[in-house]
Amino acid sequence: MSTITLKVNGATHTVDVEPLTPLLYVLRNDLGLQGPRFGCGLGQCGACTVIINGVATRSCITPTSAVKDEITTLEGIAKDGKLHPLQQAWIDEQVPQCGFCQNGQIMTAKALLDRNPHPTDAQIRQGMAGTLCRCMTYYRIQAAIKRAAQVVA
Amino acid sequence: MTTFTKIPAYIEDVLEKQHGTTSRRDFLKTSGLLVVSVSASAIAGPLAAASQAAGPYPDPDFRQLDSWIVIHEDNTATFFVGKTDCGQGTGTAFRQMMSDELDIAYDKTTCIMGSTDITVDQGGSGGSDAIQTDGWPMRRVAAEARRVLLDMGSARFGVPIDQLAVSAAVITVKADPSRRVTYGQLIGGKRFNVALTGNNIDATTGVAKVKPVQELKIVGQSPRRYDIPAKVDGSQKWAVDVKLPGMVHARNVKPPFAGAKLISIDESSVRRMPGFIKVVSKGNYVAVVCEREEQAINASRQLKASWEKPATAPFPSSEDLFTYMRGSTPTSSSNPNVVGNPDAALAGAARVIEAEYEVPFQGHTAIGPAHATADPSNGQMTIYSNDMKSYGMRTGVAAFLGMPRDHVRVVWMEGPQGYGRTAADDAGCEAAYLAREIGRPVRVQWMRDEETAWDTKAPAFTVKLRGGLDAEGNLVAFDYNARAADYNHLGYNESDTVLIAQLMGSRRARPAAGSAATPSEMYVIPNRRIATQVVSLPLVWETPLRVGNLRDPNGPQSTFASESFIDELAAAAKVDPLAFRLKLLTASTTDDTGFKRARSIAVVKAAAEAYGWDVRPSPKTFSAGGAGNILTGRGLSYTFRSQTVVAQIAEVEVNRQTGHVWVKRLVCAHDCGLVINPEALRRTIEGGMLHSLSRALHEEVQFDTEKVTSVNWRSSPTLTHADAPATVDIVLVNGDPNPNRPDLPHYGAGEAICKPLIAAVANAVYDATGVRLRRIPFRDGRVLAALKAAGV
Repeated sequence: MSTITLKVNGATHTVDVEPLTPLLYVLRNDLGLQGPRFGCGLGQCGACTVIINGVATRSCITPTSAVKDEITTLEGIAKDGKLHPLQQAWIDEQVPQCGFCQNGQIMTAKALLDRNPHPTDAQIRQGMAGTLCRCMTYYRIQAAIKRAAQVVA
Repeated sequence: MTTFTKIPAYIEDVLEKQHGTTSRRDFLKTSGLLVVSVSASAIAGPLAAASQAAGPYPDPDFRQLDSWIVIHEDNTATFFVGKTDCGQGTGTAFRQMMSDELDIAYDKTTCIMGSTDITVDQGGSGGSDAIQTDGWPMRRVAAEARRVLLDMGSARFGVPIDQLAVSAAVITVKADPSRRVTYGQLIGGKRFNVALTGNNIDATTGVAKVKPVQELKIVGQSPRRYDIPAKVDGSQKWAVDVKLPGMVHARNVKPPFAGAKLISIDESSVRRMPGFIKVVSKGNYVAVVCEREEQAINASRQLKASWEKPATAPFPSSEDLFTYMRGSTPTSSSNPNVVGNPDAALAGAARVIEAEYEVPFQGHTAIGPAHATADPSNGQMTIYSNDMKSYGMRTGVAAFLGMPRDHVRVVWMEGPQGYGRTAADDAGCEAAYLAREIGRPVRVQWMRDEETAWDTKAPAFTVKLRGGLDAEGNLVAFDYNARAADYNHLGYNESDTVLIAQLMGSRRARPAAGSAATPSEMYVIPNRRIATQVVSLPLVWETPLRVGNLRDPNGPQSTFASESFIDELAAAAKVDPLAFRLKLLTASTTDDTGFKRARSIAVVKAAAEAYGWDVRPSPKTFSAGGAGNILTGRGLSYTFRSQTVVAQIAEVEVNRQTGHVWVKRLVCAHDCGLVINPEALRRTIEGGMLHSLSRALHEEVQFDTEKVTSVNWRSSPTLTHADAPATVDIVLVNGDPNPNRPDLPHYGAGEAICKPLIAAVANAVYDATGVRLRRIPFRDGRVLAALKAAGV
């Protein structure tokens, strides 16, 4: 075990874990941030996505000790009590079915819009392609991203 | 009767969120839900019932109004129902239906579902019956509560009921609206103490009648699903999120080969690993328990165990599956359903068309693997689970552990993707077993390879079809013969068939027979034979190819074959596929009991109109040399399932260079009778269609003769964002209550959506290319090979 300091959603935390522990378990089990969820543990589905340095990052395959920059989780993207435009669009479009994957959908979409505020349909499909939903809400997710892009712009 | 005193924390959270300051104590004081069916005759006093005769979790009594509805002093209401919401918005719909009957504003209500100790047993979810079947007792008990409240209002004001008005949970005297009383003032903090009747829970009723459709105001509107905000802001507490004091983590170690026998475990291989607590093993079931989650994962991977392969192969490889199925002696065969004389009609037909369709095993492959947390404290067992049939899990866990049912409860919480997998959840029994072994709360979660390899599967099918056309192109004979690898079809957490029990050596003397589905439509065909058989793979128990229910169980397989074949017959007759179907539906109107055929015609026509269907035979004429790389086409498919009618049209682009199929546009016309929440229904239709699209394009369980080899999202691909259609158009044929049909019932909406879609895609590919795809999935390589073989 070793002491690791993490900055998450503006707050600093110190945890005592094995350095190679995937970040996902530290966020969920030590810091109580349960927006990111275990889907595959292989970096293939996206349910565990957080944003580090502007990049949508699969926390299930990211060693905790490798994280040097601030981590943003789903719990951290609302500002001043107001939902992020993507979260609001997700509600307005009534996107989720079971909702289990939607952390990854929203966080991946946020990283996408942060670097490209006006994505084309093709860019949305490509940018989101690795983030899986087994309730298959893809059509509605894409509508919500387009809706949010109008607000963010 | 006894009083329940342990409200799960997450339910407290719901109540506090909804009611602001409502404390647990206030809630308990005011709630009447805690009426349980305990015989009081031999018991000195009500409190003794809990401590002596009954365990901590007796069954809520469905014949008591207080078990279903609680009115609070602040004039809000909580509904307690025995269903679970897998993400289609049924909880929102229940609130709409019950609010409407009770005459209370939707946003003054909450709904608690599926926790076995505080909600009546309506069986949880499955079969798209939530609205169709369970919605009725919900409506009736809410209507009864309204009747009782009006009685109380009448007594309070000394005015007959017909001189009272009620709206938004306020009763007023019509002649003097200043005389008013709220539901909360009448009964908040008190019980109804009203007995209901009914031989079973579905028949539960009071004295009051439900409202006619014209008087429903909240039903038919689209309040937003109440569960969505917490799912997008990160505040939702899921079953995976449960944390209990002293809780430890477990991971299973599955046999590396199907049918393998555990010879030995070398515990020293993990004993010194950080956080190690115990290896738990019995028979071929093995799990490792550690203090922390990542420790359990690491230890389960490090554990050295030796396994013996079975003497004979557990199954053929997936490449040889259909050959094996065709050559097997069936474990059971249905009596064929015969109309007319199909053999004579086929012998006399001008043309006979034959085809055979193949559907591989397809998994649930839920986005989140199976999981549960069990708490064994105080001699009871509480399982926190997303099992959609939580009541079945409770019964199964109690029997599996040999505990009295009233010492076991399942607290239902949200989880990934129900669709049948969590009706046959495995993790609940595992968590409970491990918790009892360890003596601490245990959280168990499967890993991805474990889930994808070992979850329950939709059975593989082969379907042989023959059809006879007369000289005018009329369909005179239809012969359907389906064979499904559905032997030992899994039940709902049965204590002797749940996977942990199988691995520990449990063998039921007579495995479930299974079944193969039949066509589900209203066509008029004078001569037909519908026959089915079930076959078994060599390994019946402890197999990763366990068959179970997957969203509209066996419907997509059967309908892929039958609705594709109808298209083959239309093409052979050189008739437009829409016209061919309409002819089959309009051939007779004299036997149309319940307007099933009339509704089918309306729905098929609605889909065609929404699409802008161009009447012509398939395939579309195209030039082999000059059409470019992208070929386009459209395909239609239709079903009638348990009173619900669905017609779907797919428009595809097929890339002749790569074999890639993109479904560019989907149209769905849908009639499920009275629609409770049109927007939620639209989302359910979108998701259901795309789920079947994933099965059409991508999904297939692959295996060699030892094990499943498709074990993650690379080897077991699924639909992705790249596959999403550009356009989805939905027509709700009965989207609004029809004033001409005051008794319009509400039918099941969800599963019928999944049935026709695969055939619609196959028919569209045929229209575009002239190539008939008779085996799913339509992966690029398989489509390209078919195109090349046909010279396209």
